[in-house]
Amino acid sequence: MAERSFAKEVQKLKVGEGETFSGEGILALTKALLEAGVGYVGGYQGAPISHLMDVLADAEEILTELGVRYEANASEAAAAAMLAASVHYPIRGAVTFKGPVGVNVASDALANLSSSGVTGGALVIIGEDYGEGSSIMQERSHAFAMKSQMWLLDPRPNLPSIVQSVHQGFELSEATNTPVMLMVRIRSCHVTGSFAAKDNKRPPFTVKDALANPRSDYARVVLPPMSYMQEHDKINNRWPAAQKFIVEHKLNEMFGPKEAPVGIVLQGGMYNGVIRALQRLGLADIHGDTEIPLYVLNVTYPLVNDEFFEFCEGKSSVLVVEEGQPEFIEQALGSALYRAGKSISLHGKDMLPMAGEYTGQIMLDGIEAFLKKAAPELLPARLRAPNSEEKPALPDLSKTVPIRPPGFCTGCPERPIFAALKMTEQEFGKHQIAGDIGCHLFASLPPFEIGGSTMGYGLGPASNAAFDGGGDKRSISILGDGGFWHNGLSSSIGNAVYNKSDGVIVIVDNFYSAATGGQDILSSRADNPSKATGHPIADAVKGVGVKWVRQIDRTYDVPKMREILKEALTTDHVGPKVIVASSECMLNKQRREKPLMNKAIKEGRRVEKPRFGVDEDICTGDHACIRLSGCPSLSLKKLDDPLRDDPVASIDQSCVGCGNCGEVADAAVLCPSFFRADVVHNPGWLERTLGSFTSRTIAWLQNRRSRGRIEFVRT
Amino acid sequence: MASKTQTALQSKAHDPALDQIIKLAIMAVGGQGGGVLTNWIEDCAHRNGYVVQATSVAGVAQRTGATIYYMEMAPAQERAPVFSLLPAAGDVDILVAAEMMEAGRAIMRGFVTPDRTTLIASSHRALAVSEKTVPGDGIADSEEVIAAAEIAAQRFIAFDMEKMAVDAGSMISASLFGALAGSGALPFERESFEAAIKASGRGVEASLRAFAASFDAATGGKIERPQSGQAKLPAANTPAGPKHLVEHWSKLEARAAAMPEAARDMALTGLRAVVDFQDLDYGAEYLDRLEQVLAQDDPAKGYELTREAAKYIAKAMAYDDVFRVADLKTRGSRFARVRSEIGPAKGAQMKLTEFMHPRAEEIVGMMPSSLGRRLSKSESSMRLIDRLFNKGRRLRTDRLLPFAQLYVLGGLRKYRRGTLRHAIEKQHMEAWLDKAMTYRKIGYALGVETLRNRRLVKGYSDTHARGLSKFDRVMDGVALLAGRDDAAHWCKLLREAALADEKGDQLEGALKTVRSFAEPRETALPN
Repeated sequence: MAERSFAKEVQKLKVGEGETFSGEGILALTKALLEAGVGYVGGYQGAPISHLMDVLADAEEILTELGVRYEANASEAAAAAMLAASVHYPIRGAVTFKGPVGVNVASDALANLSSSGVTGGALVIIGEDYGEGSSIMQERSHAFAMKSQMWLLDPRPNLPSIVQSVHQGFELSEATNTPVMLMVRIRSCHVTGSFAAKDNKRPPFTVKDALANPRSDYARVVLPPMSYMQEHDKINNRWPAAQKFIVEHKLNEMFGPKEAPVGIVLQGGMYNGVIRALQRLGLADIHGDTEIPLYVLNVTYPLVNDEFFEFCEGKSSVLVVEEGQPEFIEQALGSALYRAGKSISLHGKDMLPMAGEYTGQIMLDGIEAFLKKAAPELLPARLRAPNSEEKPALPDLSKTVPIRPPGFCTGCPERPIFAALKMTEQEFGKHQIAGDIGCHLFASLPPFEIGGSTMGYGLGPASNAAFDGGGDKRSISILGDGGFWHNGLSSSIGNAVYNKSDGVIVIVDNFYSAATGGQDILSSRADNPSKATGHPIADAVKGVGVKWVRQIDRTYDVPKMREILKEALTTDHVGPKVIVASSECMLNKQRREKPLMNKAIKEGRRVEKPRFGVDEDICTGDHACIRLSGCPSLSLKKLDDPLRDDPVASIDQSCVGCGNCGEVADAAVLCPSFFRADVVHNPGWLERTLGSFTSRTIAWLQNRRSRGRIEFVRT
Repeated sequence: MASKTQTALQSKAHDPALDQIIKLAIMAVGGQGGGVLTNWIEDCAHRNGYVVQATSVAGVAQRTGATIYYMEMAPAQERAPVFSLLPAAGDVDILVAAEMMEAGRAIMRGFVTPDRTTLIASSHRALAVSEKTVPGDGIADSEEVIAAAEIAAQRFIAFDMEKMAVDAGSMISASLFGALAGSGALPFERESFEAAIKASGRGVEASLRAFAASFDAATGGKIERPQSGQAKLPAANTPAGPKHLVEHWSKLEARAAAMPEAARDMALTGLRAVVDFQDLDYGAEYLDRLEQVLAQDDPAKGYELTREAAKYIAKAMAYDDVFRVADLKTRGSRFARVRSEIGPAKGAQMKLTEFMHPRAEEIVGMMPSSLGRRLSKSESSMRLIDRLFNKGRRLRTDRLLPFAQLYVLGGLRKYRRGTLRHAIEKQHMEAWLDKAMTYRKIGYALGVETLRNRRLVKGYSDTHARGLSKFDRVMDGVALLAGRDDAAHWCKLLREAALADEKGDQLEGALKTVRSFAEPRETALPN
């Protein structure tokens, strides 16, 4: 069960010709695939296209009705490999994953696919995770399109354009026997809007038809000498075919006046940003009608030189707006102009920054700088005068406002694992610890600061391989359940077994691919109607030959967690020591249990609800507990007591009673301030009677003591 | 050159329709329901014939990290407008901040400008990890953000929308929506906002309650200072108990009240603390010590020395030992406070679990000092005691027997004066107090700062030990400085450094500096 359900939204996918579809970018993409008669879809979750996978999963019923096969692939490589179905068969297929990391993983299959070429349209929808909100290294997927000669679409970020580019992508792919990458940026995945819908189309040739009439043709196999011919086919046939198609079907767009001294060449994805800048410069209206000619590259690879030259005609200079680096497009256009002996001046990264997202201010500054240089007469007077308007002097808040990186949620089952690890390090000293991709990577941040590197999904233990030989302190590596099934089992565990690693591997099993939004994976505990879940990680680990395996089924048991870590670090066992720490992701657990619990309470059934608290007059405000937790619900409050200098710990109502506070206070021998209060709803008769008797007796004792001494009371 | 190529175009006349675009950004902390809020606003705008474009950033930004939602809207026309997907500095009309520091972040990023921006912020604080882990007080100052907001924003509305939502049994997204509606920053009727909530169909009643409360507050254009902790209760300072004790108390109270005005309240507070900790005689001891300090004080300095002594002697005398914890945990007033904090529904019962972890140190600390000292000197017996007692103990104080255990322990405070722990604490306090008074002779300010160093001693077990060692290191540093005119200043710096991080790295650095210019001299006083 994914974090966000699209069960309601996917019903919109059924709308047909003449109706208007409105919703998010990811839903529009799905609808477009169905309209295009796609035969099979798949992919691997990851922001910003996680929700596209959730939509496909929730739409599985609709897909099946149409004879479309949906696969939740094990990795991006697996997803890309699935496109092999379009090599020999006239079936349209689409897969999705995040870029560039997903493309990195998929590149082996993508390169083979590109070399073989395709018969049916093959579309790779890439959520380019670049700029604000990105969770990965800042690179471009563009390079992969160039190296494998896959065509790269970068549509304008509005629903009609995105939907159209899906149709065009399939057509372009089929017209050139080449797989096509369709790139959508972080915000366009979730941009809302609407477009005129078409009827969904059953695939004219389904995967079942293919199984009934199998085909093969060794000319498509990547083996010499065919592989040489495939390269020449790319250059001599597919490439020109693509350029011809792009021009004939007007995939790229031109806006603004035919004749002007200057122009702007931009990636489709940059369109709204450029228009906004022009609007602010008084050079475009609300509908995007612009005074500056725009050449919008909805296809950023391959480029069409003739089209570009035509745009340059009569202009003294053009600006290339290309986000990220290296500036592949600007370089290509530059060399094209040079070879053609053109004298027009080309600007781009000299006006706009080489690195980083092109935010509103950057776009405005860059275009303004370009126009000031190339066509100052176009700018309103106030802008030609340097820094005309004044800004009020604001107090500097940079020292005040704290950074707020992502962290573990309230009640997260991973928190106690790292609390135990931190205590273990306090006991045995700092260790070489390698992190991995997933929520658990947040442990590398304060307050835990555990794990000094991340080398890729499922590669945590592999990235400690140099230390497999062991030393006076064992290396420790972290691996999530998501990364484990993605490729950790072979690349990390298998590697450790074969090389007789001396290291300790902690596998964080929270029952889901949690960081990407709680999608099910092989080891998920939930029953999934269409997928096989419930395959224990411990069994898989033993299966590949790990002898020392410890399974923990309650990560909140910090003392046990510590004990097992200690054992792993000290045992004389030869070979990897694997600890599987399992507890359900609290986000998903709450989503599942809260409604049930409230229902039970309403129906008068007995329910216990735990919550933690702090005795404010026992807490001395040293915050040691927080340095072993960082839980959002464990915060501070200032007391109205002149004797207190420092704020004391305090737990708010968002506490889910996971138990970490008490466990840690106990295991680290912190202080007796914490208490757990379990509220018992609808207690039974006996419980009530006993309870009232006990509380009356306790009250009597308390009054007895109060009567005998001075106490100070509120009045 | 432009002129060569063709007749230069004139810049387009400014399109008035552009001014109708409303640009709205929501800065929130992941998990605050910014998505829900975005959907409501979008629905509300649609109902009023606007075209809307909303964007959000999903992904890890939502795992308690800072995150931003952005939307633009304009009256629908036959042709679609082109909206931006992300906010630009100086180009935001409405900024909704779901937390005070996020409002600060928005201002830093230039999203709040005096010419156009209505800033709607919840004044509550969701503390960032970096604020909470500091051993001292690391909480960022909301006043600075408010000061900046009053300059940066065209209109500024701020109050505790979190509390408002919680009181209504809803989420902050609802009260933020109410404040947005109440601010009048959007040209829509209240009904269309409420219709959006009703249409969303989940937790509607609670959401509408929070919406209404917040709507009214916002129409008043309220600016509210953030409250630390909850609403202030009247201090517990009325004596209750048997007549003869109360009479005895009033004598002590009179002695404290006789203190100079500047130190009086602190003396009374301190007196109550030590009496509550032990008994009235202990209170008399406290006053004796305080009066000795007063005798050495300087009226010209406004009795700062006495006031600080009143505070820190009380803290030193009312230390945290097993009896204290047991006593506090078993009090009726504490049970009442827990009940009000957890607020169990009517007819529901409450189990109460305490987390105790006594070590040998605590056990011998409870013993008569001579016996305790002997045992604590022999490692073997300490190891034995540890084996017997040192483990996590969870006591269900809602049950008779576990409660009785703590109750009896609490009662043993009568014998506290004879215990090892008391001897140790007394010795430590007197050494510190003497040192402070000797320093006071050298320099008044240094005396005051030395008293304040007591702040470093807090916590239990390891934390307490760490605090003590920090205290000692600071005092050693001060010893090097005694006699210099900047001694007090450096004493303060050392203390603040000690409170800045757990291990005391900053303190180490500060001490290095001190050693660099203040070599140990004979004149430096012996510790």
